[in-house]
Amino acid sequence: MNEPEIRDFLQKAIDDNEVMLFMKGTPDAPACGFSARTAAALSALGARYAALDILPDPRIRQELSVISSWPTIPQLFVEGKFVGGADIVTEMYETGELAELLGVEQPAEEDTPTAPEPMAPQTAPIGLENRLG
Amino acid sequence: MPRPEELQHRIEQALPGASAQVQDLTGGGDHFRAEIVSDRFDGLSRIEAHQLVYSIFGAEIGGPIHALSLKTSTPERTTS
Repeated sequence: MNEPEIRDFLQKAIDDNEVMLFMKGTPDAPACGFSARTAAALSALGARYAALDILPDPRIRQELSVISSWPTIPQLFVEGKFVGGADIVTEMYETGELAELLGVEQPAEEDTPTAPEPMAPQTAPIGLENRLG
Repeated sequence: MPRPEELQHRIEQALPGASAQVQDLTGGGDHFRAEIVSDRFDGLSRIEAHQLVYSIFGAEIGGPIHALSLKTSTPERTTS
């Protein structure tokens, strides 16, 4: 796969998945604290999302940044639109904006002293790495 | 290796009137947290405000500056 093909693949992933997270590692095994925090916010809301590990090839990150004009990972897209990185997603989670954007209910943490177990992330990992090389 | 004071200086120079507080999160000189108050963020979305700050450092973000965590706000109201 060359760079334009990688970019097309990433754009298709953004277009095809309502909630698309690009991260380092996977939701189960995040490879960076910022990616972990962002995946945890989505999981805490019980949101269904697709996740792609950008680490297998440096060109994934490079081409993704061309699409989003955003230099860092993670990057969250909802309905094809770039939402932000770890700071923005965390802030939006705390203010309830993320729940609103995703059309889910914000868990009432203050009201539930015994917080329920966070839902397992319902991910649909995409095997881009299998198509590289 | 960039130092927090250096980042603070560059942010404040690029955004006249801004006040920035920069922390080295790990002590390793590559993970930083910056809280920036500037009226330049007025009317910008969070994404736009963060992109404005990232643009100060260009390709250094992701390079020598591995991570730059941001909180941006305007003097009057908190937008970040």
